[in-house]
Parts: sequence; structure tokens; C-alpha cells
Amino acid sequence: MGERWTTETSMENNEISRMSHVMMSPSRQSNLELAYSLSTYSVIGAFCTEDNVPQCLLHINQELASLGLPVCIEASSPEGANLNAVPVLNAVYELLQIHRRDMCTLEEMEKEQMKKSSSLDLIQMTNSRLKDQLELSIREKSGLYETERQLQLKLKTLQRCLKGEKDEVQKLQSIIASRASQYSHDAKRKEREAAKLKERLSQLLIDRKDKKLAIDVLNNLGRSDGKRSQWRTTKATASHEGEMYKFLLCDYEESQKSLVLENAELKKVLQQMKKEMMHILSPCQPSSRGATADEELAESDEDEKTRDSSRDTLDQSCEHAREQLTNSIRLQWRKLRNHVEKLDNQASQVLHQMESNKDMIPFETHQDEMERMRHEVQQCKEFIHAQQQLLQQQLSTSFDDETAALLYDCYTLEEKERLKEEWRLFEEQKRNFEKERRNFTEAAIRLGREKQAFEEDRAAWFKNHFLNMTPFTNRRRCSSSDGQSSLSIISEPEIRMSVKAHKAKASTYTTFSTPKSSRSTAAPSTTDLYRTLRLIPDCSSSMHSNQVWQESSTNGDEDIRIKSKSRGLHCSDLDIFALGEDDSLT
Amino acid sequence: MNFSELFKQSNQLCKVSPDGKYLATCVQYRLVVRDVSTLQILHLYTCLDQVSHMEWSSDSLFILCAMYKRGLIQVWSLEQPDWHCKIDEGSIGLVSSRWSPDGRHILNTTEFHLRVTVWSLCTKAVSYMKYPKACQKGIDFSKDGGYMALAERRDCKDYVSIFVCEDWHLLRNFETETQDLSGLEWSPNGCVLAVWDSCLEYKVLLYSLDGRLLSTYSAYEWSLGVKCVSWSPSSQFLAIGSYDEKVRILNHITWGKIAQFEHPASIDNTKAEGNFVLSVPELPHPDEICAPPIQIPVVKPDPDRANPKIGVSVLAFSSDSRYLASRNDNMATAVWVWDMQKMSLEAVLEQTAAVRCFQWDPRHPRLALCTGNSKLYLWSPRGCVSVQVPAEGGFQVQSLSWHCSGDFLILLGKDQLCLCYMDEHALVQDATL
Repeated sequence: MGERWTTETSMENNEISRMSHVMMSPSRQSNLELAYSLSTYSVIGAFCTEDNVPQCLLHINQELASLGLPVCIEASSPEGANLNAVPVLNAVYELLQIHRRDMCTLEEMEKEQMKKSSSLDLIQMTNSRLKDQLELSIREKSGLYETERQLQLKLKTLQRCLKGEKDEVQKLQSIIASRASQYSHDAKRKEREAAKLKERLSQLLIDRKDKKLAIDVLNNLGRSDGKRSQWRTTKATASHEGEMYKFLLCDYEESQKSLVLENAELKKVLQQMKKEMMHILSPCQPSSRGATADEELAESDEDEKTRDSSRDTLDQSCEHAREQLTNSIRLQWRKLRNHVEKLDNQASQVLHQMESNKDMIPFETHQDEMERMRHEVQQCKEFIHAQQQLLQQQLSTSFDDETAALLYDCYTLEEKERLKEEWRLFEEQKRNFEKERRNFTEAAIRLGREKQAFEEDRAAWFKNHFLNMTPFTNRRRCSSSDGQSSLSIISEPEIRMSVKAHKAKASTYTTFSTPKSSRSTAAPSTTDLYRTLRLIPDCSSSMHSNQVWQESSTNGDEDIRIKSKSRGLHCSDLDIFALGEDDSLT
Repeated sequence: MNFSELFKQSNQLCKVSPDGKYLATCVQYRLVVRDVSTLQILHLYTCLDQVSHMEWSSDSLFILCAMYKRGLIQVWSLEQPDWHCKIDEGSIGLVSSRWSPDGRHILNTTEFHLRVTVWSLCTKAVSYMKYPKACQKGIDFSKDGGYMALAERRDCKDYVSIFVCEDWHLLRNFETETQDLSGLEWSPNGCVLAVWDSCLEYKVLLYSLDGRLLSTYSAYEWSLGVKCVSWSPSSQFLAIGSYDEKVRILNHITWGKIAQFEHPASIDNTKAEGNFVLSVPELPHPDEICAPPIQIPVVKPDPDRANPKIGVSVLAFSSDSRYLASRNDNMATAVWVWDMQKMSLEAVLEQTAAVRCFQWDPRHPRLALCTGNSKLYLWSPRGCVSVQVPAEGGFQVQSLSWHCSGDFLILLGKDQLCLCYMDEHALVQDATL
């Protein structure tokens, strides 16, 4: 039986799961046990031996009774191992029946179990299959959801597009409508005009009485510019063309000029900007980090600058130059920007440093300055204090009034004396000035007179001279030669004197002379001549010249001179050599 | 500010002579010429019919009175009041009439724009220009009076003819790349002619005096395009106002756009840094300077109608080209003043009613505007002022024009006119009024 089952199990190998195998094994185990027990029975020995027959019999009876068999096996003989065959056979038969029945039921049960296990297998299979299917369908569902969402989105966008299209369509429709209305309006207008034309035409055809167009002028007018009108010739038409082109050209030239000016200005501005930018960048070279790079760039800039300036003068409108200018401006601007950024960073760094560092040095100098100023202030205060004290002393003196007044006076006595002296001098000077002025006026009057006289003399002299030149005047020559010789004799000391006088004061005085020596009316004296020729200042006039000198001197420093001059005043006539002394004095 | 008494006028015809000495007014069929300083009537002429258009000749010696219904033109002389001239266009009709720059020729545009007739008062000769175009601005004279540009349309194509005004010699005739030419204007220096297309296509073409195309500018396609064009007096800028409520500024060197001014309904700090003036006459201080953000009332135009009231329709440069005044039609109560040096918004002048007319002073940067009520508003960079016109019976100021010296304004009402004399220092120097 065990083999049969094993073969049965092997038949179901495809669909049998492990569990069915496992399930099978306990029954197999029981079968094995049965087989084992059967085999062991024969091997181990008997349950019943010759000795324990009645016990065995009892046991068996009990067992049979428990099984429900009423059979009772009895021993045939009380001592022997023989049994009543009939009950035994019945019992055995019954047991066999029971066994058969049991086996049947066992078979059936096993069959049932197999069936059940196979159906369980089946169910499990279907379960797993269904689970797979479920998973698949869930995945499908999610996929379908995704597609549905996308389709919804698409739907939305399409709806929006549709709306847009609808709006555009509406707009176009409105445009079309407006255009249509415009067209219809125009068409109606044209129709109306055509109708009017037709009407007028019909009217004209009917009327046939054309009113001729005519002009009725009282008299022809002249042209507004006054010129006569000219014949229309080809030359005139050509000149019109020429004029038109000239007009156009003028306009173009003007606009070009203004554009060129604007261009030049803008270029200038750009150049200026470039220069300034370069200037701003160049001083910072030593301090900046990328010094070498900047230097190189600066050098190239310098080259560029010179090149540009030379080029500017040549071809301003050259596109190459223009491009170069704009490129160089861009370059400079970029550099400037970088530089400014660098500076910004540096500044922020420095600020940061300063905030944390609290510079000591400037503070110290600040302190020193403060000390110095305080000291100064103290000194000034002390000074003021001392002054104040002295002043107080002065004011709040315990002397009586007289002595106080005296004391007060003594401080100013010296000054008063000096002042008095000066006043006196001043009064004297004033008096002298008055005198001199009077003398001066008198002298002026005298001069006038003398001038007149001189003129007469001169005229006479010239006459004489002229006459002397003629062969007729022998007499006159003798007298004049005397005069001339006298002239030559006296001339030397006079000249010397004149030199001295010149040394003293080379001034041009309006000379006035008191006639010292008697003059002959026939010929002018040499002194007079020299005087009039202004080679010497007059001797008597030396007094007046002193006065004049005094007049010209206004300073107090010349008091000394005034005193000496006043000495000179008192002597009426001065010798020539005395004059020299006086001169040497001055 | 002083105001003169009211005088009668009809048809808003009141013009000062180019030399600034005389003031001509039309009252029904009479032409009244006054002296500007004394306002005494110097001459009185009688025309044959109600005058539709009146214009001074450039030398201030003659006045042209056109009566379109009758197809008649009468010319009066100031020097010789007895002198008369009558031009009868006959059955061909008359649609517009103007002087030539030399003051001796009259250009008449016949009905249906069949032709332009040039009458010479010197020789009584007539010449014709064929196929003139009926458009917003088909004829323009250059500022120095040397050249005339005429828009023509032949075989469904647009042409421009340039004539020498001296003897009406045709200098150039060239085709323009426009679909439907709407207007042309010379630059103040006379070298460039700006030509723009109708509002169905945004296109501005710039031609040189000799007919070469210098540049084309088109800001966008399909939507309604150019509404108005204005040159700056220095010829440096060309301002283009369009239906998209923006002004674009082109420069004269590259003819490219250098700035774009928008007219948004709400202005906030980021967009502009100017002063914003709100005029509310009921307040004791009628001119209020408001700080941004500001909302400007917008009137949406009817989308089904042609020529909608939207977009920049009026542009005016000040005489020194420093400022540009613009008006956006769907914000008709506001006038926007732009600074051309900074290319930014200088001020927004908001009024209580739609602005009817505004004009810059020919000498100083001073803007005068009116809204149809009895007040006159003045703005300058130093400030602004509003003045009530003192007149019995209520004088509604409907349009205004400056005298060439900038000393006074002519205010036109429905059928009356009034002169407003400026203070010496009114908004020109630092002074408060």
C-alpha cells in the first residue's frame, strides 16, 4: 500500500505543491508504522506465550469487549493452550471484518484527503494567479489614471487655444465689420456722387444753356514780386529742375553739417571720457595688486592714445578709427569698473579693519594736539588774568585824585611834549609855506613879465644875429663879439656851476630871475641866455628853489633840511659857491 | 486779460491778415475789414451771395470771398477799394477755392473734383490740372511757397504731381504706393512730402522733393489706420495719430519710429510724471492739479458706424517743437500734452465737456483751448488758467485762433466773435494770474 501511494504521489508531480507532499507524509508515516509493527510482530515474538495464555485470553476478551464484539474466547481446557476454535474464529472473523472496514474507511479517507489536498492546491494556484492578475490590473489602472490626467491637461490647453482662436476670430470679425462698414460708407458716398453727376449731366443736357466760365477783372494786377512774367521755355524748365536740386542739396548739406557737428561733439565727449578714465586708472597702478598687468595695459593705452590722437586729425570718419574708439572706450570702462569694484572691496575691508582695530596712532597725535592746545589756553588765560590785575590796579588805586591825575599825566607828558614840538614845527612850516607861496606868486608874475621882456630881447637878438650875418653890420659884430667873448669867459664857471646844480637837483624849474646884472637892451646877457635856455637855475632863484624844495618836501624827516634852509632864507643874496655849499648840504 | 466787445460774424469766417494788421470778418454777404489795434472798420465790401469761404492773400493786399452755391469768387483789394474781380466758374460748379502762395493766382476745385482751375489775376490766363483726387487733403503748398503738391487719381491708381508755383510748370509726376491716398503734407523745410493712405490701411510714405521714395512706414495691418498726420515746425519729427489711440513719432534722419505715445484710460505713476489738470468750473479754484492715478472718462464708439469716434484725430506741435498736443476721440474731454525733449507725457488737461478746439500760440509755448462753454482755457508749462469771457447773453466759445504775434486770441461763437488780449506776462513768464 505504501508503494501504491508513493506512485500515486509521483503521478501528480506537476501540480503538487510542497504542502501536499508534506500533507502526504503523515499518512505514509502511519502506513510505515503499521508495516513496521507487522514486521516486528513476527520478529520480536509473541505477545502470548505458553505461560501467559489465560492472561492473554483475558486481555483479548477485554479488548474484544471494548471493540464491541460479544464474542468470548474461552479456553478448551483449563490448562492447555488450546482454545475454542469457534469463538476464536468468530472473533478473528469479526476482527478481520473490522479491519476490512477500517481499511476501507481509511482508503476512503485517504482518497478524500487527496481530493481535498488537490483541491487545495488548485485553490492556491488560482489564488496566486488571481493575485498576479490583481497586481497587473492595479498597475494598469494607475497607468490609465496617468493617461487620463495628461489627456485632461491637453484638453485644457486645447480649450484655451480654442478660446484664443475664438477671440481672434471675433477681433477679425470686428475688423472685417468695421472695414465693411467703411467700404459700404465709401461706396454709398461714391454712389451718391455718381447720382449727382448723372443728375447734373442730365440737367446740362437738358439745359444746353451753358454759362461760360469767365473772369471779370477791373485791371490786371502786377506780379507780387514786381518782376515781369517770363515765357515758359525749356531753359526755364531746366532751371526749375536745377533750382529744385539745389534746394534739396542745400537741405541735405545742412543736415549733414549738423550731423557732422553732432558726431564730432560726441566723439570729443567719448575721447574726453576715455582720457579721464585712463587718468583715473593710471595713478592707482603702484598701489593696486595687479600692478604689472595694469602697467602693461597703461602702456598700451598710451600707445593707443597717441595713435588715436594722430589718427583723429587725419580721418575722423574712418570706420576703423570709429570702431577703435568705441572698443577702447569699452575696454577702459571695463577696467574702470573692475577698479572701482576692487576699491569698493578694499574700502569695505579697511572699514572692517578700522572698526576692529581702533587705530592708536592718530588717537595719540590727537591727544598731543589737545594737550598743546590746553596748554596754550592756560597761558592765554594767565596772561589775561595778569593784564586784568594790572588794569584793576590801575583803576582801583588808593591815591587821591590829584596824584592820580598827576600819575596819569606823567605817562603822557612825554607824548604831550613831543606833540607840542611837532605842532610848533608844523605851524612854522605852515608859515614858511605861506611865505613861499606868496613869493612864488610874485615870482610867477615877474616871470611873466620877464618872459615878455625876454621875448622882445630874443626877437631883438635874432634880428641882430640876422643882421650880423649880413655884410652890412660891422659895428654890430664888434659889440656882439665882445658879448661872445664875455660869453666864453664866463661860460666855464657857469657851466661848472650848472653842472653842480644839475648834480644837486636836475629839476626843471620854471625859471624866474631877478635881474642881478644890468642887462643891455642891445644884446641879451649870457647869463640871461643861459637862464632862459635853462642851463642854470637862477642864483636868486636858488632861494626860491630852496623854498620850492621846502614846498616839495612834506615829510617830517626833512625838518633838518628845513632848518638849514631857513638859515639860507635869511641871507638875501647867495654867492654862487655858497649855493654850491647848500647844494652839497642837500 | 482784456476782452473786446462782441462783433457779428457768420459761418465762423474771421481771419487775421498774414501781416497781422487787419481783421476780416464775414457777416452774411458782407465783408468787414477792421484794423486790429483799434478795431475800427476800415473797409466794407458787399458780395453777391452769402460767403462760404474767405481767405487773405499772402501779401495781405487782397481778400478772396468764395460763394460755392453760386460758383462765384470775388476778390477785393485793400489798397484800392474800387478794384474788383469776379470769377464765375459757370455750370461746372465750385467746391473749394484758395490762393496760391504768391497771392496772384486762385485755384478753384470744381464740383465732383473734375479739375482744378488756376486763374491768374496778372494775365487773366487760365490753366487746368486734371484728375485731382477728392480726399481729406489733396492739395498742399510748401511753406516757402515754391512748390505745390497735388494728389491725382487716374485709372484707379494714385499719383502725385509737383508743380513749381512760379509758372505752374509740372516738375514731377509719380505714382504712389497707396491703395487710396487720403492726404499729403509738405515738411516745413520743403524737402519731404508725407503721403498717407486712407484709414483702411496704415501706410505713410515719404517722398523727396524730386519724387524719390525715401521711406515707408506701416505700424500694423488690417485694423483701421492713420487718422491724422502732423509735422513738427523744425521738420525733425513726423507725428502720426491713428485709430488705435496711439501717436507714433518718426524722426527725420532714419524715418524710423522713435517714440510711441499711448492714451490709456487710466494713468498711473509709472507711466508719466507730469501734472494733471482737472478743470471744474463750479469749484472756486477751477484748475486743480491732481496726482496720478487718474481715470479719464471714455466714450465707446458705435462699432457699426463708419469713421468711428476713436483714435487720435488732432495733433498740434508748439512753435518751438517742444510740445505736442493730442486729442483722442473717445476721450474727447481730455487734451494730452507731450514733451518732445523727454518723449514723455507732460500734462493731461481734462475738461468738463468735449474739447472743441485747441491751438498753440505762434510765439510762446502756450496752448489755448475751448469746450463750447463761455470759458477760455490756457495752459503753459508754468501753469494754467481759465478765464470767463465777459459777455451778456452768454457767449459760447466754439473755436479760437491766435494772432500771429501771440498777443491776442480771436474767439468765435455761433454768430459772434470776440477778441481776448493777453496780459504781457500771462503764463509766459513767472507770474500768477
